[in-house]
Amino acid sequence: MRVGDGAAASVYGVSRSRTERLVNLVICLLSTRRFLTAAQIAATVPGYEHDPDDAREHEAFQRKFERDKAELRELGVPLETGTASAFDVEPGYRIARREYALPDIPLKPDEAAAVGIAARLWQHAGLAAAASSGLAKLRAAGVDVDPQATLGLEPMVTVDPAFAPLTAAARDRREVRFDYRVPDRDAPDGRRLQPWGVVCWRGRWYVVGHDLDRDSTRCFRLSRVVGPVRVTGAAGGYQPPVGVDLISHVARWSGPVERAGRATVLVAPGRAAGLRRWAVEVTARPEADRLVLPYADACSLARHLVGYGPDVRVLDPPEVREAVIQRLKEIATRHDALAAVR
Amino acid sequence: MRAQSRTSADRLARLLNLVPYLLARPGIEIAEAAGDLGVTERQLREDLELLWVCGLPGYGPGDLIDMAFDGDRVTITYDAGIDRPLRLTPDEALALAVALRMLAEAPGVANREAVERALAKIEDAAGDLVAAPVEVRLPGDAGRVEQLRAAVEGGRALRITYYTVARDETTERVIDPLRVLLVGGRTYVEAWCRRAEAVRLFRADRIDAVTELDEPAVVPPQARPQDLSEGVFRPSSDLPLITLRIGRGERWITEYYPCEQVESDGERWLVSLRVTDLNWARRFVLGLGPDVTVVAPAELADQVRDAAAAALDAYATPEPTGVDPAAATLRQ
Repeated sequence: MRVGDGAAASVYGVSRSRTERLVNLVICLLSTRRFLTAAQIAATVPGYEHDPDDAREHEAFQRKFERDKAELRELGVPLETGTASAFDVEPGYRIARREYALPDIPLKPDEAAAVGIAARLWQHAGLAAAASSGLAKLRAAGVDVDPQATLGLEPMVTVDPAFAPLTAAARDRREVRFDYRVPDRDAPDGRRLQPWGVVCWRGRWYVVGHDLDRDSTRCFRLSRVVGPVRVTGAAGGYQPPVGVDLISHVARWSGPVERAGRATVLVAPGRAAGLRRWAVEVTARPEADRLVLPYADACSLARHLVGYGPDVRVLDPPEVREAVIQRLKEIATRHDALAAVR
Repeated sequence: MRAQSRTSADRLARLLNLVPYLLARPGIEIAEAAGDLGVTERQLREDLELLWVCGLPGYGPGDLIDMAFDGDRVTITYDAGIDRPLRLTPDEALALAVALRMLAEAPGVANREAVERALAKIEDAAGDLVAAPVEVRLPGDAGRVEQLRAAVEGGRALRITYYTVARDETTERVIDPLRVLLVGGRTYVEAWCRRAEAVRLFRADRIDAVTELDEPAVVPPQARPQDLSEGVFRPSSDLPLITLRIGRGERWITEYYPCEQVESDGERWLVSLRVTDLNWARRFVLGLGPDVTVVAPAELADQVRDAAAAALDAYATPEPTGVDPAAATLRQ
């Protein structure tokens, strides 16, 4: 347990006097215009009382004060360090009100409702807590949030564990290293990246940046990052290209979508409902309906059509027809051999 | 120890927030404030007791934070200088800004313009903190989602034409909608399905037609929204388990579908996954690349082989050309 915190525990199981001391420290440093030295703070704020001439007591105070400063900084309290005058050697502390206070955010009721809905989007993971504490600050600034409001649509947002470290690294322009596993590889590869930004595209998260080993722009899927993201570079270590369009890198990478090709197939009546849905032309005939299907890539169309087995027969184009027959032969051979073994 | 220091930091954050919160709402009921701040009344009263002994150096009666109680209501009468909340941390600003961008990008969302105004104001207040480069694009058929949202808001039962991938069939069904969701970049209508007599998720891009019925949507009391935090498809152990031997080129399956087991067998992998329907599994296996064999169940292996053989037979027989013989026969 903590040294020197001999207070009664509250329902939080946290020392009450420590919280009290920290609140008083914040109020004290907000109220002062002069920088206050550690000794001045110890003499003022309750909870730091000690005999500065007793080496052990003084050391305990210093440790306590260091821990308190760290906790305030972790909360985002802008602790300034400086000296009160040219004659002072000891550093002093204060909190500039302008830096501390949330600026006024004049949200109209419908805007406040939108922020309230947004704060609920994060399903679990780290950012759910950040979203609700952020919303609590807006409420404290006088914004009223209608908890019942909806926008008719509830997006649910999940992020991969690599989201937070990669976003922070991209913001601070710090080089990172991580292990990346592509499904068709046996083991993850180590990657070194200057991240430019993080993108959500079609419900998946990606990081875009300059891959240092390949010396070119690369996208990485966050769900494939294995283990921790290690920050290896100093802040401001590089400049992303001006006006970079992050989305376009990912969109380009995730393949063509335009379906310019047309294939003609025969489909058994009442079968292959999935194909009928995206046919651009259906001619009903008693023994087999004739469908015209738009497609982008002959190979992936062939795979898809093979799935329907004898319910679908390709007429045209020949490349799709041949690909389908080839695939069917392979499957039949492979599974015939298997049946023979059984 | 770490969890404890987290709780301590959380409480400090809450206390620094509490004073301006109450200051903005003189005479608020303690129960209402507790509800708003997500704490119990007991916790809130403890927080107030603690604040009461905090204040400006000097710590005399005029220096301490002061408040007036009137029954169950509280008013801050002296704030000791903490009259504003602390500014947003980078994580808070990012969490709100990214979620707002998601909302603004969601196809078919209502009042998008308010979302965009809110986003601009949050970005303005957070300054550099939201300079974190995060971009969101959620492509989707906005017109279709808009239509579904309006239908759900209309509070009526809907007749939908729905394509079910598992059975490769299109059916008509009447649903009583609960809500419209966007999960993993896809839009869904969650509804009570009168045909299945259960709560079901309907993917918007598989709803081929919608008609609003002349009767209100009545959701049975036992219908509950599903927990989707683990994803839309959570295979249960009563579904058929299939095992495939796959080559490198088909390893993507393990990333795309929840697999129960992935085991390397030298150059290939044995992959086991649950499927909703063996007919779906047959289409799935047939549609995979060349380096896939069904290991189990034997029934599936037979179905795959038979389907491939039957299809090859069909290609071996001449196909109807020009005048359709069957149609010609019928006309006679």
